[in-house]
Amino acid sequence: MKKKWLSYPYLVWMAIFIIIPSLLILFYGFTVKDEQGFRFSLQNFYRFCDPIFFSVLFKSLWLALLSTFVCLIVGYPVALILASKEYSKKTTMSMLFIIPMWMNFLLRTYAWLTLLEKHGIINSILSFFHLPTINILYTNGAVVLGMVYNFLPFMILPIYSVLMKVDNKLVEAAQDLGGNWVTVFRKVILPLSLPGVMSGLTMVFMPAVTTFVISKLLGGAQYTLIGNLIERQFLTVYDWNFGAAISIIMMIFILISIAIMSRFDEDKGGGAALW
Amino acid sequence: MVKKVIMKSYLGLILLFMYLPIVVLIAFSFNKSKSRGNWTGFTFKWYEELFRNSQIKDALYNTIIIALLSSVIAVVIGTLAAIGIHSMKKVKKTAVMNLTYLPVLNPDIVTGVSLMLMFVFIGTFVKMQMGFLTMLLAHVTFNIPYVILSVLPKLKQMNTNLYEAALDLGASSSYALRKVIIPEIMPGIVSGFLMAITLSIDDFVISYFTTGSGVSNLSITIYSMARTGVKPTINALSTLMFGGVLLLLFIINIRSDREEKKRKSIKTGGMEV
Repeated sequence: MKKKWLSYPYLVWMAIFIIIPSLLILFYGFTVKDEQGFRFSLQNFYRFCDPIFFSVLFKSLWLALLSTFVCLIVGYPVALILASKEYSKKTTMSMLFIIPMWMNFLLRTYAWLTLLEKHGIINSILSFFHLPTINILYTNGAVVLGMVYNFLPFMILPIYSVLMKVDNKLVEAAQDLGGNWVTVFRKVILPLSLPGVMSGLTMVFMPAVTTFVISKLLGGAQYTLIGNLIERQFLTVYDWNFGAAISIIMMIFILISIAIMSRFDEDKGGGAALW
Repeated sequence: MVKKVIMKSYLGLILLFMYLPIVVLIAFSFNKSKSRGNWTGFTFKWYEELFRNSQIKDALYNTIIIALLSSVIAVVIGTLAAIGIHSMKKVKKTAVMNLTYLPVLNPDIVTGVSLMLMFVFIGTFVKMQMGFLTMLLAHVTFNIPYVILSVLPKLKQMNTNLYEAALDLGASSSYALRKVIIPEIMPGIVSGFLMAITLSIDDFVISYFTTGSGVSNLSITIYSMARTGVKPTINALSTLMFGGVLLLLFIINIRSDREEKKRKSIKTGGMEV
């Protein structure tokens, strides 16, 4: 088939809407604007080297890591159960974990306000049973909850789809050879599911680091993560150069984390020979 | 037995966590009081107001039009691109595929911000205002890769001999494309289209940065309302949309069930003979 030219409209589109915008981000990040126009400078990056901004970056990374970890701990058993022989034939059950994503995520996040408020639904129920009430709204706790709530399906689905492909004969063979369920899980199921875990980790961590909506809704107007910082530079302060520089810094951290995860993945695969 | 109970209750617990906010949203679309938080009685008035509120109607209109247009454009460009990419040599293919993965891997906020910079940049040469058109272009941009990624596997599965056989039988290459290749990869095109529509309807971040001059979709409307308090009319709208999606899912499920049964009965019927 000699049909290469069919992809030309796409390549032109990508050049205009992906490559040029990416170059523009780099351009803005490495320049400052003064009376004579733009000139090359690293000033935006110097400006970021401030304890205030570092703490924002650190907080974003920390909260994203925390919610990724919680998603893994909560989501892995769900994927395991859904892929088990009791449930693997029931596709409705796995559908139930996808359906919530079809409701606007802003609204679903907003609904947590109603649930978490001081005199909200959860506290009303807790006080009805004379249990201590919780006040996590507008704290880190609420933001992590919002992240876990929004991104949990991104952890469950890739692990689930990998586990569904695991040959059941391997598990049975391990059991026949005398492995109890802990050994079977540790030595057979877990290693085989690692590719799914890796893509789950990336799919949760990335949007969690960059979010500015969840933090604004559940953390309050003054709550600042790196995403809020970028949004503010572009839409409130109109310091696009600094905003672009922060975006570049954030991208670097994301690329590093992706590199670490894929490295870890390879280690697991190739490491066996070394040991 | 104990294991089954534990499994069931764990799934139930997680599902409760996932559905609790949705239940709250739906419940409060029937709440008399305007404020979230206290229940003052049952009413349908938010549903009535929904059909009168022009802000929400405009936002819904924009959302649907942009979702449909951007998905159709993305499907056309993306499908052709996938066919082209499929016939490329290895090195070039890898380069183009890396480019395709870029918007998928890029965080939404970076995609949105970079597109905004570009639209402003173009705006200095051509008279162009941020608004409906820029939002549409942005949506097409983030939709195309998903179409390509769902069409390419189907092309890989396809037997190349089919296309060559069509040519040998005298079909022109465009005729063979329409009659052989497109029908073969149709499932991929459909799933790409559905994915594009879903992504477009659900998008907030990229739309937020690429819109302007008062043009907003549902997500932007909700976000701007969230500061002053979301009106129950939005709850009513999303209840309707959620119900619509569930209904659609239900119908598809029943239909595929019925087809399965038909297929089974044909099989067993054949065996009896």
